[in-house]
Amino acid sequence: MTEAVEVTRVVDRAHRESWSTVLASVVRLTRDLDLAEDCTQDAFVQALRTWPDGIPANPGGWLTTVARRLALDRLRRETTLRRKLPLLVEEPGEIEQPTDPLRLVFTCCHPALARESQVALTLRLICGLTTREVAAVLLIGEPTAAARITRAKKKIAAAGIPYRIPADHELSARLDVVLTVVHLVYTAGHVAAGSELTRTDLTGRAIELARMLERLMPDEPEPQALLGLLLMTEARGDARVSADGELVLLADQDRSRWNMQLLVEGVSRATEALERGQGRFALQAAVAGLHVTAPSWAKTNWGQVVRMYDAMMVSWPTPIVALNRAAAHSLVPGADLTAVLAELDALSNEPALATYAYLPATRADILTRLNRPDEAADAYKAAIALTANEAERRFLTARLQARGAQSWSASPASRRPR
Amino acid sequence: MAQYMFLLYDSEEWYDNVTPDDWQQAMKLHGAFAEAVEKAGARILGGEALERSTTASTVKQREGAEPLVTDGPFIETKEALGGYYVIEARDLDQALELAKICPSGNVEVRPVMDTSGDSGPQG
Repeated sequence: MTEAVEVTRVVDRAHRESWSTVLASVVRLTRDLDLAEDCTQDAFVQALRTWPDGIPANPGGWLTTVARRLALDRLRRETTLRRKLPLLVEEPGEIEQPTDPLRLVFTCCHPALARESQVALTLRLICGLTTREVAAVLLIGEPTAAARITRAKKKIAAAGIPYRIPADHELSARLDVVLTVVHLVYTAGHVAAGSELTRTDLTGRAIELARMLERLMPDEPEPQALLGLLLMTEARGDARVSADGELVLLADQDRSRWNMQLLVEGVSRATEALERGQGRFALQAAVAGLHVTAPSWAKTNWGQVVRMYDAMMVSWPTPIVALNRAAAHSLVPGADLTAVLAELDALSNEPALATYAYLPATRADILTRLNRPDEAADAYKAAIALTANEAERRFLTARLQARGAQSWSASPASRRPR
Repeated sequence: MAQYMFLLYDSEEWYDNVTPDDWQQAMKLHGAFAEAVEKAGARILGGEALERSTTASTVKQREGAEPLVTDGPFIETKEALGGYYVIEARDLDQALELAKICPSGNVEVRPVMDTSGDSGPQG
């Protein structure tokens, strides 16, 4: 007999590592997401029951075999009932393949599904989270999460969203949606609303997803770029929060607290991806790379950062990119802050930024540096009203009280004209 | 193969001001669309242009009362339903590809329900 603790540990790990592979393989058999989910879940329950007698050499393979057998039994029993249900569109005549999880990913992130459904479905079907867990990480009620997932699954079946990896000519656009969803999962964990600044489980899941995409799509540079970006962000994790739980900005972070192993891994992936293409994740990873390889905030190559945002604006001209570009521009030595302020004010009419706390926060900083404290105070108050994160709110409040004394986005050295 | 209805929503101003040349041009675009559908291995099962929404009447069923007939379309929007196609396509991806080349500013793509069974709407 294997110790119960040891069995639980192995089953947990198998759940993290193999859930999507097992499910994807069963979906190929059932062409029905709900049935496939039930059978996959049951296989894990069986594992908890039988693995104390001996843990199989290949847990993932064992789970796939059991789940597929359960599915075959159910299909035989329920043929007459199931014939009435719309089944997933699937190319016929194919057997189980190692890239099956990709089919599941592309189905969950189909552009005909709303973004919020794509995220919820990905967490549920690819990461194997329960509906309760999906609700908890997305900060929505459990009934809302359940309704979102159910509606999306029904649309997949009824509208004929195919269970397949997109053809070459549509791959890059479809992949972009997938990577955006994975990035959203990560950011949901990274800038989590509520009192805790990060929800490590969610960031960890997002990184695992990016690793899987990199492994299964070795010819595409963008999954590699996304992984690099996430690893570099993750590497700064501990340094983002002080010992008493307060937010520490990149400018003030103790760079010796960054996780060097993650950093090196992230930078090397970002570099390789950038050599293979200039997609938007490659460019974002390049910006992150410029930050983490700089010896200090002041010595960051801001001109190069601005050039990366310029390149992003060509293929991805969104207000958020424009905002980031303006913020970076303000930090180039000798930058014309009045011109930057005009750029920010031009963005204030963008509906996409109407509830985005970083816009007033950036304005507040520029106004402080322009020695216009009253306007800065108003901007800080606007930012405080918009942020949902407790640590961010405390941070902005502290800046509001200390305004005029110091800028948050630039150390004094970087502001001194050269 | 699945069936999809393409609902074509466009501004009706165009109809009010259309010249014979513009009309011929639009018909040519629909002819080219029909060819593209066949070429993609899909099929057009039906489709018509509709008269202006100002000619529409709506019949509303009411509980315990006679059905109410009103002037105008069920939903007033800036764009009006101006025509439709019923298309047989491999899956939603193919249907969406075809909707992208359909000559209309806004195409709503709706799967046609299979009512051949007796189990009611599923999925």
